[in-house]
Amino acid sequence: MEITSQDFKAVSSAKLKDEKLQKALFQAKDGFVVSRAKVIKDLDNFEDIRQAASEVRDHCLAHLDEYLEAWEVRAQASGTVVHWAESYEELNAIVVKIAQNNQVKKIIKSKSMVGEETGLNEYVEGHGIEVKETDLGEYIIQQAGEYPSHIIAPATHKSKEDVSELFAKKHQRPRLNDAEKLTHEAREILRPHFLDADMGITGANFMIAETGSTVIVTNEGNGRMTTTMPRVHVAISSIEKCIPTLDDFALMMRLLPRSATGQVISNYVSMTTGPKREADLDGPGEFHVVILDVGRTRVLGSELRDALRCIRCGACMNHCPVYQNVGGHAYGWVYPGPIGSVLTPAYNGIENAIDLPNAATLCNQCGVVCPVKIPLPDLMRKLREKQYEKNLKSKTERWSLKVFAYVAIRPQLYSIVTRVMARAGKILGGNSGQIKRMIFVGQDWTKHRDLPTPRGRTFRDVYLNKKKTSKR
Amino acid sequence: MSARENILARIRSANKVGEVSDVIGGSVTDRLTSHPESPMPDLTWDTNEKFKQRCEDAASTLDEIGQVGDVPEAVNRYLTENNLPTSLVCWPEFENLTWSDSNIQVESRSAVGDDKVGLTGSYCAVAETGTLVLLSGQDHHATTSLLPETHIAVVRRDRVVKTMEEAWHLIRSEVGSLPRQVAFISGPSRTADIEMTLVYGAHGPFRVHVIIVDQ
Repeated sequence: MEITSQDFKAVSSAKLKDEKLQKALFQAKDGFVVSRAKVIKDLDNFEDIRQAASEVRDHCLAHLDEYLEAWEVRAQASGTVVHWAESYEELNAIVVKIAQNNQVKKIIKSKSMVGEETGLNEYVEGHGIEVKETDLGEYIIQQAGEYPSHIIAPATHKSKEDVSELFAKKHQRPRLNDAEKLTHEAREILRPHFLDADMGITGANFMIAETGSTVIVTNEGNGRMTTTMPRVHVAISSIEKCIPTLDDFALMMRLLPRSATGQVISNYVSMTTGPKREADLDGPGEFHVVILDVGRTRVLGSELRDALRCIRCGACMNHCPVYQNVGGHAYGWVYPGPIGSVLTPAYNGIENAIDLPNAATLCNQCGVVCPVKIPLPDLMRKLREKQYEKNLKSKTERWSLKVFAYVAIRPQLYSIVTRVMARAGKILGGNSGQIKRMIFVGQDWTKHRDLPTPRGRTFRDVYLNKKKTSKR
Repeated sequence: MSARENILARIRSANKVGEVSDVIGGSVTDRLTSHPESPMPDLTWDTNEKFKQRCEDAASTLDEIGQVGDVPEAVNRYLTENNLPTSLVCWPEFENLTWSDSNIQVESRSAVGDDKVGLTGSYCAVAETGTLVLLSGQDHHATTSLLPETHIAVVRRDRVVKTMEEAWHLIRSEVGSLPRQVAFISGPSRTADIEMTLVYGAHGPFRVHVIIVDQ
């Protein structure tokens, strides 16, 4: 997928004024945040489980080569064909080759974020093969010619009215105004495709080294259809999705659905190990897994490696005050929200997503809810430091930081400067205690809000004074 | 060098320069063969009650009967009471029950797109989440629990385990290697992709009815 993260400021300003989007974001936030909060309560040791999951993910990453090799040996033993891809183009080409070798005309697809990264649908369609997204949200945005705005709820930016209008136009049927009827119309339209598609493409939430399996976690049942009905199944995944054992998977499953949708478990958890066995009456005759490394190994060897623990639940974006206001499209690539603010620059180059690590208040809501304890604010801070080192910050910002640093490491100077500023601030603030308009560096800041001014004394003054008083 | 070798080589060198944290430690082979358990939540609840509660939470409906021979009667009751079609496809293990006393037409085969009701067994079930565990295989058509609008599943009470970890333990000791598909099913198919409104019957069954059998 083409990256447009450089437009973050302009796009997010527009999104803030988009009333329909604001309504949709409000609904989504309520749904995800509230239901997660409720459902984690039934784990009395939720924090221990989070800690364990984070340690298991670290352990996998520390031995990723060995776990991938172990996974591969077992996958191949059960008849899975394993492919590796070092670029988006390579993954797409492998998938098309499999399709062509099997005379595939129609593909049904269950959602995959790796597929969004590689722009798989467009590529496959470019080779004359039909692709149908089947997750309802993905189907909606495919019909609309858009891309996902959330990794769990891809069409969360669309209102019911949008879907109504879209379906009436695309399905050539009378307009429906109710979510249930719209869902069932999509079911009716997609059912024949499930039955006659030649190939199914899914992602993989996890690859399990102990058994050489891939797993998908879904609610709609489209994932099970996609892995069962067509004669060929291709799962696309990326190297960091590998976990050691079935027990480790059970651990992840206590966290993933709870953190993602606030469910105890998702309705369908489907684990695939190889193609159909000789005696089986259903299931695909061929099963391929394509494992991608674009950006992952680079991140593994960097100070951002903790980000690879991610299990793609979306909790960080659901809880992010910035995401909650601008939505996913503003981030300009596959992964929005705090994890997107780390992965987008990490995978695409930090110069291509300058605003993202800065589009955060570092309030740490994301860090607190992350089921595998990724220190997202720290990672965004590291990216900001990198931007400074690489000379990617604006002149004003660099200059301000330099001045601040000069003062901050000289205690006496710091004391004088802050005293002067505190007193000047009090005078400038006048009776209201607020500065309405600043000049130079500060003018952007006061464009949207007032600056509360200091009360005339610095913290150091107050502290020293207190100390003196208490000694007496 | 192939993509595979390049990727593995990059992982190895990245793990030499990155800040590798591995509190767990130990060898890969050890973990894969001993598959240690992680911290468990409180499991002191009653397995049977919890399973029933979780099934209902997941919007499955429930029935409890004494023996497998009572399945036709229970199926008949459920379908009639809910005004559902009375012909069904089932796994072979249910074909030879006494269906003649009910007015249900039974066929033992894979389900196709038009079938309305599917009857399956269940390898085991997980109480913690109200989940049916179905293993694909010769006599266990995956389509039976997937294509029809109504899925009826028979679960033996003594096959209800507490956790997914226990289910894996059973599979490891009884089955050995995994079948093509292990399907964990918790209630009817659902989506909330349009304005967060919960709708059942997205692509899979609209209804899941669980019949718990004592013997």
